[in-house]
Amino acid sequence: MKLVIAFVKPFKLDEVRDELKAVGTTGMSVSEVRGFGRQSGQTEVYRGAEYEADFVPKVRMEVLVADEQAAEVVDAIRRAARTGEIGDGKIAVLPVEDVVRIRTGERGTDAL
Amino acid sequence: MSPGDIAFVLLSSALVLFMTPGLALFYGGMVRSKNILNMLLKNFFTISIVTVVWVLIGYSLAFDGSVGGIIGRFGRFGLSGVEGEELLFMVFQMMFAIITPALISGAVAERMKFSGWVAFTSLWALIVYPIVAHWGFNADGWMFAWGVRDFAGGLVVHINAGIAALALVFVLGPRRGFGKEAIRPHSLPLTLLGAGILWFGWFGFNAGSAFAADGIAINAFVTTQIGAALAAMGWVLAEWRKTGYPTTLGAASGAVAGLVAITPAAGFVTPLAAIAIGLVAGVVCFWAVSLKFRFNFDDSLDVVGIHLVGGMVGSVLLGVFASQAVNGGVADGLLLGGVGFFFKQLAAVGVVIVFSLVASYLLARLVEATIGLRATQDQEIEGLDISLHEERAYVLTD
Repeated sequence: MKLVIAFVKPFKLDEVRDELKAVGTTGMSVSEVRGFGRQSGQTEVYRGAEYEADFVPKVRMEVLVADEQAAEVVDAIRRAARTGEIGDGKIAVLPVEDVVRIRTGERGTDAL
Repeated sequence: MSPGDIAFVLLSSALVLFMTPGLALFYGGMVRSKNILNMLLKNFFTISIVTVVWVLIGYSLAFDGSVGGIIGRFGRFGLSGVEGEELLFMVFQMMFAIITPALISGAVAERMKFSGWVAFTSLWALIVYPIVAHWGFNADGWMFAWGVRDFAGGLVVHINAGIAALALVFVLGPRRGFGKEAIRPHSLPLTLLGAGILWFGWFGFNAGSAFAADGIAINAFVTTQIGAALAAMGWVLAEWRKTGYPTTLGAASGAVAGLVAITPAAGFVTPLAAIAIGLVAGVVCFWAVSLKFRFNFDDSLDVVGIHLVGGMVGSVLLGVFASQAVNGGVADGLLLGGVGFFFKQLAAVGVVIVFSLVASYLLARLVEATIGLRATQDQEIEGLDISLHEERAYVLTD
């Protein structure tokens, strides 16, 4: 199993969710985070003084998938989240040792 | 006074009181979210502090007779003998005595400890404010008697508070990270709401200063509206040109700068003069708020740039635009040939700046040496809301 973690532009969240549903993803978690990559910060102007904001808002999403689904999910996220502009975000894929559904005690892919 | 006049001044007093919570929101939106309650409370609690000080002794020092035009006497201690219409005058003036030290709080935001603030404002409201109010608002005060005019407090309120803010900043020092990190406003909607409340309340401040529901009050009401609107426009156009963006904070700041500048002149100038005063105030104050970076003093929310500089613009331009045709209680300004009046206004600005700077600096040093002015470094980093008040403004998880 894999854990797919993606950092995407906040306004792309709905499109990414729809695309993931379309490829059969059954669950995901999202959180609002702040960060920077190559896009770096953003300039803000208050009373004429410019400030460099180090962190820009992003959505972090986590999706647990079976090994064979991982590539499809990564593609789906990339398709939906891409604008072609700098700051579109990143996707990471991590190996997962085990998954447990708390209610039933199911383990492994049964728990996905 | 007629019942109409009494009703008008009572309502104006309430409007002026309402400016202080408005100011609290104006400032509160501009600080980081960890410090907003401290900012609000410094303003709100000032209402309590100054009410006590004013009733017990402040009013007497400002308005009970005169010792050489410098200060009043102690005869009205605890408001003894003050009744009827004078009681009305007392409470109207009380609201001015409240908001003036509250204005200072913006300069020392996010680092001054609450006990230090209480001590400083108590002393300032006891000593500095009544003396300057005596000079400008009491007919026996030296400025008023000499012919200087300050309709609703350009000298007494705004220059006085603005220069006191600078003195306090000298003693207090800058916030951690000033000039290095981005210290940004956390809620500009609150700031805009606060500016709107200030604008609304300012009609009581300026029109009420006629102390009668008469033509001068109407004139002051109209010039107040014009001054605020034009300064907001001037500020936004200036920043649009310089940075490429018209901003919410610029519009709110400009409106307040215009209200400040029209304050000394409201009952003495024509609507056309108010257009000029407002525009000049908007542009000049926009430029003035950049001075703190050039001279490296952390006047956090620009009390100097808006209140000191706006008050100077208004008091000096009153010397230019004052018109006896508008109000028989003022000399003609420079445009109508009144050279002497213009220079008296300039001199008054200088004297108030020097006096308030020195007196406020000494009071700040006194408080620093006794109970201290500044929150600890840990408290400043953690935020004054939690560390000084054990409260949080925004609870995102129950």
